[in-house]
Amino acid sequence: MAKEPKPQEIISQINYKPPQKSWMNLPVERKEGMFCYGAKEKSLQTVDFPNPRTWSVLDEDWKLPHNWQEIVLEGMAERLKKYRSFKIFMDICVRCGACADKCHYFLGTGDPKNMPVLRAELLRSVYRGNFKNIGKVLGKLAGGRKLTLDVLKEWWYYFYQCSECRRCSVFCPYGIDTAEITMIARELLNLLGLNIEWIAGPAANCYMKGNHLGLEPHTIKNSIDFLLDEIEEKTGVRVSPTFNRKGAEILFVTPSGDLFADPGTYTCMGYLILFHELGLDYTWSTYASEGGNFGFFTSMELAKRLNTKIYAEAKRLGVKWIIGGECGHMWRVINQYMDTWNGPADFLEVPISPITGTKFENAKSTKMIHISEFTADLIKHGKLNLNPKRNDHLKVTFHDSCNVARGMGMFEEPRYIIKNVCPHFYEMPEDTIREKTFCCGSGSGLNASENMELRLRGGLPRAMAVKYVQEQYGVNMLACICAIDRAALPPLMNYWVPGVDVTGVTELVANALVMKGEKERTTNLRGEELPNIAK
Amino acid sequence: MKVLLPLLAVIILVLLAYLGIETANLHLLFGVIIPYLAIFIFIVGVLWRIVRWAQSPVPFRIPTTCGQQKSLPWIKSACFENPATGIGAIGRMVLEILLFRSLFRNTQTQLKQGPYFLHLEEKLLWLAALIFHWSFFIVVIRHCRLFIEPVPSCISLICRLDGFMEIGSPVVFLSGVGLLAGISFLLLRRILSPKVYYISLPIADYFPLLLIIAIAISGILMRYFVKVDVVSLKAYTLGLLRFQPVIPADVNVIFYIHLFLVCILLIYFPFSKLVHMGGIFLSPTRNLANNNRMKRHINPWNYPVKVHTYEEYEEHYRERMKQVGIPVEKD
Ligand code: SF4
Ligand code: SF4
Repeated sequence: MAKEPKPQEIISQINYKPPQKSWMNLPVERKEGMFCYGAKEKSLQTVDFPNPRTWSVLDEDWKLPHNWQEIVLEGMAERLKKYRSFKIFMDICVRCGACADKCHYFLGTGDPKNMPVLRAELLRSVYRGNFKNIGKVLGKLAGGRKLTLDVLKEWWYYFYQCSECRRCSVFCPYGIDTAEITMIARELLNLLGLNIEWIAGPAANCYMKGNHLGLEPHTIKNSIDFLLDEIEEKTGVRVSPTFNRKGAEILFVTPSGDLFADPGTYTCMGYLILFHELGLDYTWSTYASEGGNFGFFTSMELAKRLNTKIYAEAKRLGVKWIIGGECGHMWRVINQYMDTWNGPADFLEVPISPITGTKFENAKSTKMIHISEFTADLIKHGKLNLNPKRNDHLKVTFHDSCNVARGMGMFEEPRYIIKNVCPHFYEMPEDTIREKTFCCGSGSGLNASENMELRLRGGLPRAMAVKYVQEQYGVNMLACICAIDRAALPPLMNYWVPGVDVTGVTELVANALVMKGEKERTTNLRGEELPNIAK
Repeated sequence: MKVLLPLLAVIILVLLAYLGIETANLHLLFGVIIPYLAIFIFIVGVLWRIVRWAQSPVPFRIPTTCGQQKSLPWIKSACFENPATGIGAIGRMVLEILLFRSLFRNTQTQLKQGPYFLHLEEKLLWLAALIFHWSFFIVVIRHCRLFIEPVPSCISLICRLDGFMEIGSPVVFLSGVGLLAGISFLLLRRILSPKVYYISLPIADYFPLLLIIAIAISGILMRYFVKVDVVSLKAYTLGLLRFQPVIPADVNVIFYIHLFLVCILLIYFPFSKLVHMGGIFLSPTRNLANNNRMKRHINPWNYPVKVHTYEEYEEHYRERMKQVGIPVEKD
């Protein structure tokens, strides 16, 4: 693993002035710490991906099939036929540069190929050079390039330096979505077995075991049992959830990261506490034990293969509808793709909250609602006995996860919840929240450890916005509704903004929630002393 | 270098028209054949592009959501930035196409010592683009005077509004000034801003800018300096429209240069990034409603995929599931 640079080193290296040499002639330099390890043979085999083999990114020879160019160009032609978005986005960019400084990877590296427009041009140049007459004839003069091995390696490097966060698309006058281009570029790379292990491994796990961490059914049960003990110790209440229970009213699906590592586990305790307190008739599933969809970072097809499990399990268990936990890209997938891939979910009913009677018309077709929608509705109807004073020691700010923000548009629900369970809430600067939110720097499967420098650089704009509210208001807690964020933001905060912790929104809810029959609480779920006034 | 080559190309085009008329007397070619050809290529080309785009389906509903979703009734949703209905989506498109809404959001981000990021409002690009495109549009509408007889009152009105400042004689049209000012800004920005210069392509980006500038300059010359006879021009354009072309007698060569450059623009249009004019209407991140969870969207090429079924899963883990008390299908 590459040595982590010091913060000052990173800052002093960032230079937004582009180099003299044209980007078409600028060879790609693969820097350690800036990329993830290549996908393993076994992971690719598990999901039947092409060209499984042992290879290493820094090797000269990537062990590609001999006709790799043909494969890629055919793949491009096929996708041009299948996606209007791809065709249009290849044709209408005017290179106005409005997107150029919107990407956190560009802001954190100064590398011109991390400007969304150039990232897209890496692919577009090959499109022009192979599919457009003018590009075929005039070549580089008309912005056309041939598909060489160097170009392919450049694709690999920069399309795995895009977290598919869509921030660029917000500012583009034509709505060109570089995340969409990246998704298609990654599909093309996957035709040659060129993935990264941090994506391929979790995707294989999701496929075989149901969740990206590869937790087997008994391990899931054990992990949650452990959390139940913790809950009992802190609240005096014994919670007893069910697994794979037929006939439950609701299926609950959350990212498996919540079961495993802090601070996600506290959010998971939050779900358990909340549902117990409501007496909700719900069940967990060990088969559909993952909301996050790592297939989404490889190809539409694999994403669909993984997503299928949610409806299949809902049908098998005979539930009426589904609640989804706090996860970023899971919600982009559910909002934009699930119903199209795997619907119609006509064996389910339109979600109705059994506590408030609210009918969730906005989920009429998918029959799946976000836990923040569910909780906000509970609070609005006064169904929760909350003591916000228990969160009095927290000065909270909220990080909008890219996918939920720009692929769904959920901004108010989590804020409404936080404001009702925390006395102190502060927004980060306007240009860094809501649809303009900055990525954690580790999205779309880039939260490995070997690419830590890339993550720290990519997370810089987010971190600086947190630093601002830390300095202004003494913010010490960063709330989010995404499991990747809960994994990626703590190291980012430690590095750039020490003193700020990371939490899920439901953890905050559970801490403020006064449960029936609870003992006098002296600590929060993390085992930290509660402020005196708050017990 | 990036700029010189396309500049050279435009100069050559001007010379071609000049020499073609002045020395070779190719009035028929420049006055009739090329214009017909250009219009034909333009119309067929643009239609072909749009049909080609439309042939590819929109398999998924992927709007970029720039505002609050429609969810609980007491939460105010952003009806245009994150439309839940078709009408909202149309509203969003109108804001995009007429007012360049997304570009209006533009910021400029700088890294300062501290360190911290400064996100500055950046409205210049928006303003210049808006002025340029609207001016261009009005100029085109104004030119319709030449093609329609009698001139419809709405066009006359636009002309009058356009020249309402009543400066000079003939009256200076604001759209002409706006066109030239807007496009000059865009060109200068493309040359002077290091980032934009870096991403620019020689032919695709500089050529159309320079071509349009040349068209504007020749048009202005014709109107204010080398006066050309509008009556005979109109006879000429109407003749073209009726397929009874008459070559205008005694028109200054500047007219032919102007006309030739316009023809080149029309021919170039369908093959270039200029088709963004049509493409913007079809952009799936903007023209769809975000009602994905309410309404099912159909993917025409959806196909069944291989999945790891629950049966296979249970088969594998049955014993361990039983051990920890997780219910199974088969004992
Ligand atoms: S903002 Fe859009 S049109 Fe402008 S350079 Fe970026 S992708 Fe191209
Ligand atoms: S999607 Fe996000 S990471 Fe990718 S280019 Fe756009 S802004 Fe950068």
